[in-house]
Amino acid sequence: MIRLLPVLDRKLLRDLWRLRGQVLAIAFVIAAGSALLVMSTSTYAALDATKRAYYERTRFADVFAPVTRAPVGLIERLRRIDGVTAAEGRISAFGRVDLPGAPPISARLVSYDASAAAPLNGVTLSAGRMIAPGRSSEILLLDAFARATGLGPGDDITVTADGQRETFRIVGTAYSPEFIFAMAPGEFVSNDARFAVIWASREALEAAFDLDGAFNDALLTLSRDADLLAVIETADRLLAPYGGAGAYAREDQTSDRYLTEDLEQLRVMDRIMTPLFLGVSAFLLNVVIGRLVQTEREEIGLLKAFGRSGGEVGWHYLKFALAVAVLGGVLGWLGGLYLGARVSALYSSVYHFPFLLYDPPVRALGTSILAGVASAGIAAVLAVRAAAALPPAIAMRPPVPPDYGGRGSLPRWLDQPSRMVARRILRAPLKAALTIVGIGAAMSLTVMMGFNAAAVDEMVVRSFDIADRHDVGVTFTDPRGRAALFALGRIDGVQRVEGRRDVPVRFVNGTSERLGSITGLSGEAELSRALGADLRPLDMPAGGLVLSQSLARLLGAEAGDEITVDVRTGSRPSIALPVAATADALIGTPAYMDEGVLGRLLGEEGRVSGAVLMVDSARADAVTERLREAPIVLGVSLQSESLAELDRMLDEGPGLFRRIMMVVSIVIAVGVVYNSARIAFIERARDLASLRVLGFTSAEAGYVLLGELALLTVIALPVGGMMGVFLWIVVAQAVSTDLYSIPTVFDPRGFGVAALTVLISSVAAGLLVMCDVRRLDLVSALKVRE
Amino acid sequence: MRTLRGSRRRAPDAAPPEAGQRHEDAFVIRTLTKVYGEGTAAVRALRGIDLTLPDGELTVLLGPSGSGKSTLLNILGGIDTATDGEVLFRGVALTGASQRELTRYRRAHVGFVFQFYNLMPSLTALENVELVAEIAPHPVDPMEALALVGLEGRADHFPSELSGGEQQRVAIARAVAKNPTVLFCDEPTGALDSRTGTEVLAVLQDLNERLGTTTLIITHAAATAAMADRVVTFADGRVGSVACNEDKARARELSW
Repeated sequence: MIRLLPVLDRKLLRDLWRLRGQVLAIAFVIAAGSALLVMSTSTYAALDATKRAYYERTRFADVFAPVTRAPVGLIERLRRIDGVTAAEGRISAFGRVDLPGAPPISARLVSYDASAAAPLNGVTLSAGRMIAPGRSSEILLLDAFARATGLGPGDDITVTADGQRETFRIVGTAYSPEFIFAMAPGEFVSNDARFAVIWASREALEAAFDLDGAFNDALLTLSRDADLLAVIETADRLLAPYGGAGAYAREDQTSDRYLTEDLEQLRVMDRIMTPLFLGVSAFLLNVVIGRLVQTEREEIGLLKAFGRSGGEVGWHYLKFALAVAVLGGVLGWLGGLYLGARVSALYSSVYHFPFLLYDPPVRALGTSILAGVASAGIAAVLAVRAAAALPPAIAMRPPVPPDYGGRGSLPRWLDQPSRMVARRILRAPLKAALTIVGIGAAMSLTVMMGFNAAAVDEMVVRSFDIADRHDVGVTFTDPRGRAALFALGRIDGVQRVEGRRDVPVRFVNGTSERLGSITGLSGEAELSRALGADLRPLDMPAGGLVLSQSLARLLGAEAGDEITVDVRTGSRPSIALPVAATADALIGTPAYMDEGVLGRLLGEEGRVSGAVLMVDSARADAVTERLREAPIVLGVSLQSESLAELDRMLDEGPGLFRRIMMVVSIVIAVGVVYNSARIAFIERARDLASLRVLGFTSAEAGYVLLGELALLTVIALPVGGMMGVFLWIVVAQAVSTDLYSIPTVFDPRGFGVAALTVLISSVAAGLLVMCDVRRLDLVSALKVRE
Repeated sequence: MRTLRGSRRRAPDAAPPEAGQRHEDAFVIRTLTKVYGEGTAAVRALRGIDLTLPDGELTVLLGPSGSGKSTLLNILGGIDTATDGEVLFRGVALTGASQRELTRYRRAHVGFVFQFYNLMPSLTALENVELVAEIAPHPVDPMEALALVGLEGRADHFPSELSGGEQQRVAIARAVAKNPTVLFCDEPTGALDSRTGTEVLAVLQDLNERLGTTTLIITHAAATAAMADRVVTFADGRVGSVACNEDKARARELSW
């Protein structure tokens, strides 16, 4: 078989085999970069496609219009708005679910017409069956909540709605496009076990909320060319007489917003991290292939002496680079495919999609091979051009010793092997610098990923240990007077109670709008606080808003600006408020105000919508029991659960992503260090053999080789650290989203892990190369010319 | 199997280079065989060599390429191992010695001079000599070694700043600096012009006579034979003839 190939191709195959260790190491560097490309591209594409398909199949609404109570007849008028393709009116309200032994759980109750052919916001059954027509005691339960609590079809569930307790029979569990992220009111972390979504028949909810022949939530779908803002304006006008709270677009819907933000972060990872990793691996390849070809100078000269043209020789080495690049590209594509499928599946379960559209990214195969080919190819062409430019006679002459003259003197106390190390570095400082930068670049990726992991930890610590230090959060069924707080304070085991007022609003600054809420904080608040840039609690200004930096950025507002706040509850006033300060909030986009001032603005002074508690952990169960008995409590959140849930979410989706990138960065670092060592060995095989013949032991000869590498590696450590810091400053900005601001912290562990990786891989590479030194064929190494 | 580890009397490196004590023979070689490769691809480089090289002599090995002379030199120098047969260095078996023992043997006893000099390009002439002096048990002052080859004036020059003949003389100084028991020269004049070549040979002859270092020189140039105590010719992996010169020529009188 091999005999059928042209001679040069046979040489190529044998060269590939001879250099298999390095070929594999380089291929792995390419594979690491392209696996990341394939993984992140395909994960983003899969989730984005899944989201779109899911929304379309379930006819997920484009506009949501909550209202106090509107007659069903109004739906027809909504449907006739220009651009609206479908409209439905439903009943949507909050209630409370009581499970044995658990604190009260807030629930979203939604009417669902199971008989409709194609309802908007359609649910997808995961178990059981749909609600049978006319059966007002049957309900569907959100799949995620059912899983988290162990409930399922056939179980009964007790729901308190509008003060009345009623028991329903669960007949099915379901997914919904509306609750891909399910979040209890007032929460900023999705906790599957602490928020129930219940679909019940219209009759059941009409009775419970006294909404006979009426609806309190309209859903609209729009045609592609519809004018979204015009539709919202018209809907608001139609619903205003019935207590319209302000229609909002799908992008302001909680679940969609979280999903969009998460996907955006993935997309940024794909757009920024992937080119970064590919870029670094391309640069390293360039260095490695370039040096590899240089070690073949003599062969290039010989080939030319035999009459091969420069082009033929160049093509020969280019094919070498291409072979390595294609090997790496294919390996990377396969690896990326596997990782992409795994990561997508994980994300899709975190997101509660009923299905996942994962297509093998064919285009990414081309891209990843192309990236490898381009970086390897350019390096090969440059190196071959330099080598092929030599007159062929060079190869026929005994090697001319490289010139080491005029490089200054070294201290007398240095022994000769150390002099060899020092002179080699001094003679070719550019080459040494390239090796340092190469190792540094590989290390910087690991440093950056270490910082990234630490920043996520820091984000959680700042949010849970510094800003929000309460143990239990309580949401009331409706705003209450101070007496409710005193009642909570009297519960045995509650050590501290602070009221809070959450007011749903729409922030408007010029053309920027954002749905959100204002949290009223009291001056004495210690459990739930807004933090300044220095992480100290902010004093609430007497007349003005404190916006989180993320919200201020979204609205394009800064301290001193005046923005409009449309309150979406009560008498729905529209108020102009000055932005007094900005706060450092890493999760979500909160806004704060002095509780008293907020109350006065709403004309509801002294009323609170919930409370945060500090609880004696020994009596936590007793406190839970008392909260179950309190009818004013809509739901309870446990900080420890939220923390665990946030940890889990960050760990499973983005965490896996980060860990994979960490591994990729380590593979790149190891590949580079090993290649540097191997090439240094090839370049110096003759000198090393000479030393061995002169009576140096393998270890002594190895010192001349590895001493240089060790010195360069040690210099590369701080260089890599600094490059990592620089990368992180750039990347931290990019990976922050509206929901998660990634703090630019520099954790020493980031340096530590990266430095250790480089050191361990250097030692491993050193040991591998030492085996080569031991195996040096002394006889042939002396015969073969450099 | 005549040269098993267990049958060795002493490790080679333990043979002390005691001053003044003359050994009869530096090397005794018995039915030495070297085969490269296996099966049909096997190349028999040495086909049973029997040879005795007395201490202190200058021996020239002559023969065409592939006749086995380099293979023999490499085995005697401890950088290659025999397939069968026995080599005794001052009565101690080299065949069967471990890599570690061979390294110690080279370190203590062997000086090498190669066709392409094999100097460390990053070290000056003096430093190249010091490189070996640093690890040898009984070294000569490196500057003295350079003076022996007439290069004391070029001590601070790097190999790239020296001519081929000068580089080879540095290589000889380097070999001599460890005060070797034996000096192996593989085509030391192969890369040099005739005039420079005779100069190098003259240095080798001078060292042999002054220091009494057993010296083996491989060469293509038959004329070199005239300067040797003993001339061994090789053909097809066998010793063709061994001749002793009653009347040695001076190296400077040679030409080829």
